[in-house]
Amino acid sequence: MGLAATIFSGFLLAILAPFLHRLLRGKTGWVFALLPLAIAIYLAGFHREVRAGEALRAAYEWVPTLGIRLSFYLDGLSLLFALLISGIGALVLIYAGGYLHGHAQLGRFYSYILMFMASMLGVVLADNLLALFIFWELTSLSSYLLIGFNHEKEDSRSAALQALLITGGGGLALLAGIILLGSVGGSYEISALANADGVIREHPLYLPALLLFLLGAFTKSAQAPFHFWLPGAMAAPTPVSAYLHSATMVKAGVYLLARMNPILGGSAEWHYLVTLAGAATMLIGALLALPQTDLKRLLAYSTVSALGILVLLLGIGTAEAAKAAMVFLVVHSLYKGSLFMMAGAVDHETGTRDVQSLGGLVKIMPVTALAAGLAALSMTGFPPLLGFIGKELIYEAKLQAPTAAPLILGIGVIANIINVTVAAIVGIRPFVGDKRATPRKPHEAPLSLWLGPLTMAAAGLLLGLFPGLIANSLVSPAIQAIRAEEIVLKLKLWHGLNFVLLLSVFTVLAGIALFFARNFFRRLAGRAQGLSFLTPSVWYQKGLDGLMGFARAQTRLLQNGYLRYYLLTIFLATMLLVFFKLVLPPGWQSLEKFAVARYYEIGLGVAMLLAALVALFSRSRLTAAIALGVIGYGVAVIFVFYGAPDLAITQILIETLSVILFVLVVYHLPAFNRLSGSRSRLRDALVALLFGGMMSALVLKATNLQLHPTISGYFAENSLSLAHGRNVVNVILVDFRALDTLGEITVLAVAAVGVFALLKLKLK
Amino acid sequence: MTSTILRIASRYLTPVFLFFSLLILYRGHNAPGGGFIGGLLAAAALILYAMACGVDAARAKLRIDPRILVAAGLLTALLSGALALFSGNSFLTGRWVMLHLPFLGELPLGTPLLFDLGVYLVVIGITLIMLFALMEED
Repeated sequence: MGLAATIFSGFLLAILAPFLHRLLRGKTGWVFALLPLAIAIYLAGFHREVRAGEALRAAYEWVPTLGIRLSFYLDGLSLLFALLISGIGALVLIYAGGYLHGHAQLGRFYSYILMFMASMLGVVLADNLLALFIFWELTSLSSYLLIGFNHEKEDSRSAALQALLITGGGGLALLAGIILLGSVGGSYEISALANADGVIREHPLYLPALLLFLLGAFTKSAQAPFHFWLPGAMAAPTPVSAYLHSATMVKAGVYLLARMNPILGGSAEWHYLVTLAGAATMLIGALLALPQTDLKRLLAYSTVSALGILVLLLGIGTAEAAKAAMVFLVVHSLYKGSLFMMAGAVDHETGTRDVQSLGGLVKIMPVTALAAGLAALSMTGFPPLLGFIGKELIYEAKLQAPTAAPLILGIGVIANIINVTVAAIVGIRPFVGDKRATPRKPHEAPLSLWLGPLTMAAAGLLLGLFPGLIANSLVSPAIQAIRAEEIVLKLKLWHGLNFVLLLSVFTVLAGIALFFARNFFRRLAGRAQGLSFLTPSVWYQKGLDGLMGFARAQTRLLQNGYLRYYLLTIFLATMLLVFFKLVLPPGWQSLEKFAVARYYEIGLGVAMLLAALVALFSRSRLTAAIALGVIGYGVAVIFVFYGAPDLAITQILIETLSVILFVLVVYHLPAFNRLSGSRSRLRDALVALLFGGMMSALVLKATNLQLHPTISGYFAENSLSLAHGRNVVNVILVDFRALDTLGEITVLAVAAVGVFALLKLKLK
Repeated sequence: MTSTILRIASRYLTPVFLFFSLLILYRGHNAPGGGFIGGLLAAAALILYAMACGVDAARAKLRIDPRILVAAGLLTALLSGALALFSGNSFLTGRWVMLHLPFLGELPLGTPLLFDLGVYLVVIGITLIMLFALMEED
């Protein structure tokens, strides 16, 4: 009960948010922050049980026939993620209140971000894979809404669409992977699948399922070559960048990899694919970060690099790597969230995010500077901050990697050197040196803007000094969930004078050197602009343009605006499909079976034929309409002859109304004139003859064809007993097949709206 | 189109048509009729009135905008289906109550009748939307 409440309370508050915001105004952020805070405290209360290996569960049936249950599960891994999500969530809500203060649509913003928080909690707490998928897609949707929050801007809209297409596409792959895994493992429950691992890894469908899962995880966590949506997502307001696009949502892919490690991990395919993607992303993210000058883009690319490190560690797959991954997860969320919020505060106060026009802010914004400095030091891996412990663990894990350890370590050192430089550019450079002219005269940021970054940066320092606070209570249960074995974790600052420490010192020194040479690399990157056709974002754009071009071309072809061509297309396509069926066995009804027509039936037939000829050769539209009416009434009379009064009445009414309709339309048409040449008339006559012939043949064939056992007997027998009606036709319409009727009346309503719009709005 | 005979006739015929359309709607469950036929008949009645006395007069007589009729009809049909959900049945399952009336005997009333009423309203609405719009074209 409690677990479901932690998720659904967020959705409930999201619905109420715009209304509550009208009441609370400036205090909204502070009040709303109480919810994630309460969730964090509630969940943290279970740390003893979780540590002891007990898992908290809750389950509700949702769609039992499809195996979809709303089942939740709290173990070490879920707890660690859920605490990050709710804890940082509380700080972000407060921060957003200050950052978007006075924004006309702030209420809507709260609604979206709460919806995201609830969905993200759903992702990490779900036990059922299909439920996880639904929450997963909800995070993509809320991310779409948040990136496009400034929807008047073209950039925001296209960045939002890009993020949605990429993460949503990956989500579809994930769904396919889940279904494969469910059919292989016989359950959609993660906890049940974890007990059947041997079967899954040897199944022939293991590799396809793995690839689909990885596609889902890599798109979400911005792994190369899908990394480019993340810098684009910086179009979102900064609280969103801090929360979704650095601390939580982009870690959903990492969470999925960690969660699926006991089920899908441990194979050679997993090891190579995940390691390769992680290592490539780590390097690409770092290299692309270096030439940036915008604070948020610098942070975005370094986030890509950090996500690469996390994925790489899960790919290495040793116990050491899992330790490093979980510690670095905490480290990164704290310093990156803090730096993003700091960047937002600086932007808010000075009016610019360009590092080249920022300097000397330490005297004006001392508290923000303190938060930025602490976070940047944690990012560089400086003792005694938690970042130092994280980096030591990462180097150790890379050193002990089972394959290609020197290569992985080498790439890792390069990426870390660049990260040190980025930390200095972002967290130190704007605050030191000479003051520079900024668009706005800077002031210290208000409490709501520095509380978040300072809290997180201070947490990085506190946990660095006393790592025991989280080592056994939070981090080691999470590692146990990944490794599915007992792990003892000892976190400490001083590991003695060893190779790893030397590497750390070298990294920091090289990073500082690179910081002073950064302008050289910026110029180098400027010269490499010509290579931009190689980047996946260009392929994405080309693909999207191609798709839109194709859509336009085929729309022009099919929706040409000429009724005659529409009719021709429909007739020809129908004939093509039906003629194929007509020549197939069984054969034709022999004519002897038909009864001889009675004299009045022959008379009616002749009358209808004559009316058809009149309609065809008449030079007056009114005459033609009335002649068509005669055919319609004739059909009604046939219905009467063969005992179908319902159809006859309907036919008569429809015929009456369509003659009226016809007359009303004819009234508006220009004088009758022969416009089409004899060739196109011949073509139309041929198509009409063929179509009419086909319909006749179809009716003859249909009487001889029994594809399925007939159900009319069932309807006739049960009409009175089950549905209290003697009129079988009507009972079928409103009871047995009521869903069809509901669909039909909906279509009619839509058609009426279309007609109304065409006539009343006079669209040209 | 002004014809005194038609105008006066329509004044008497339209209410009769409308009454019969309701009768046909109700009796449809056991004898030829139903919401679709009833709806067409009612629409024909109002169109007759509109042809005799003008669309504005017909609109005034109807009081309700045909667009609202369509929406109300769709909602009625949807609601009749949703009623079954409350008793744990699937959407659109027919639910029945038997009314014991003193002189008429047992009268079964069920959600299919409500559904048919929805069809009736939608059919009237869309026919009138289209034909009124065409008749108002100049």
